[in-house]
Amino acid sequence: MTSAEVRAAAAPVGDGDAINIVAFCCHYCAYAAADLAGSLRIQYPPSVKVIKLPCTGKLDVQHVLDAFEHGADGVMVAGCMEGDCHFQQGNINAKRRVAYTGNLLRRIGIEPERLKMFNMSSAMARRWADAVTEMDTTVRRLGPSRLRPRSAGPEGRTP
Amino acid sequence: MIVAEQKDLEEIRASVGEVGRVLVVGCGTCVTVCFAGGAKEAGILASSLRMAARVEGGSQDVGDVTVQRQCEWEFLDAIAADVAAADVVVSIGCGIGVQALAERYPDAVVVPGLNTTFLGLPVEQGVWEERCAACGSCVLGSTGGICPIARCSKQLLNGPCGGSSHGKCEVNAEAPCAWQLIYDKLKAQNRLDRLMEIAPPKDWRAARDGGPRKIVREDLRLNKTDEK
Repeated sequence: MTSAEVRAAAAPVGDGDAINIVAFCCHYCAYAAADLAGSLRIQYPPSVKVIKLPCTGKLDVQHVLDAFEHGADGVMVAGCMEGDCHFQQGNINAKRRVAYTGNLLRRIGIEPERLKMFNMSSAMARRWADAVTEMDTTVRRLGPSRLRPRSAGPEGRTP
Repeated sequence: MIVAEQKDLEEIRASVGEVGRVLVVGCGTCVTVCFAGGAKEAGILASSLRMAARVEGGSQDVGDVTVQRQCEWEFLDAIAADVAAADVVVSIGCGIGVQALAERYPDAVVVPGLNTTFLGLPVEQGVWEERCAACGSCVLGSTGGICPIARCSKQLLNGPCGGSSHGKCEVNAEAPCAWQLIYDKLKAQNRLDRLMEIAPPKDWRAARDGGPRKIVREDLRLNKTDEK
């Protein structure tokens, strides 16, 4: 994964008014859970764009900032259940990094609620859908990020 | 290594001001390995400054570059064009790096992004402790390799004060008493006799009390054109 990939995922689509959420997903759990949700035809908001990580331990503060700087209204990080990381503690490292980045966002002037970590297994398709829905609801309540100009109202496009 | 930590973003923004072009300069040596001022931190600070300006409705062109060592002229010369194009340069090197940049580029406005904190080491990942005070006259040979200047809160040279309790320091209850460490070390090495030698008052002229310090090695100098 590169900064260019993150920027592409964060870039507003269509008329630029849609809520845009970037999800950094672990290959072993959330990415597979999202795939399973699709196979099971479970509905969830289309505002999310998935970036696959080999493990959430790969999550880089710079990549989260890149997402916000280039148009994301929210960022979710989805890793394995605590204790189930394929790399022992990558998800625990990610949890600390998300907390650090949230504090940094607050200092920058961005609501830290726009960044949240979720934990799930590869079988938890419903959990994935619920997590995306929760994040979508949070971001709609907060309105679009102040980092990108909008032509429409704070609610954005209905998914 | 030199250990530092980043200043609050608010303080850095205040010192930068509302200028158009900002350059964040990282350093690839000590502050990289203490995760305060390397290439990664330079990128994160540049992003943070850009976004903070935009959140407030403005915009700031903030770039970043990292040199291998900010404390040597040769490495600073490589970023001359970047520095010239910036209204303000934020150095996230140690205090030496900040001053080297300011000295090499007299016209540049250079502000610090870090607080240079101490000379120390990472005792474990994410934890740094002070180990050396650069006092100019090392006594480690007689104290079991444990520095009473850097690690004793009172810089005592002849044993602990009355505030040493259960191996901890009265100034900071989380800090081990340096003299307890020294005693335990020398006892384990069966060298307690070393503590019977009374250390005379330390010559602090070798430390900061003698003013700014300087070392000249004639055998290493170049350009000895005045030498007859």
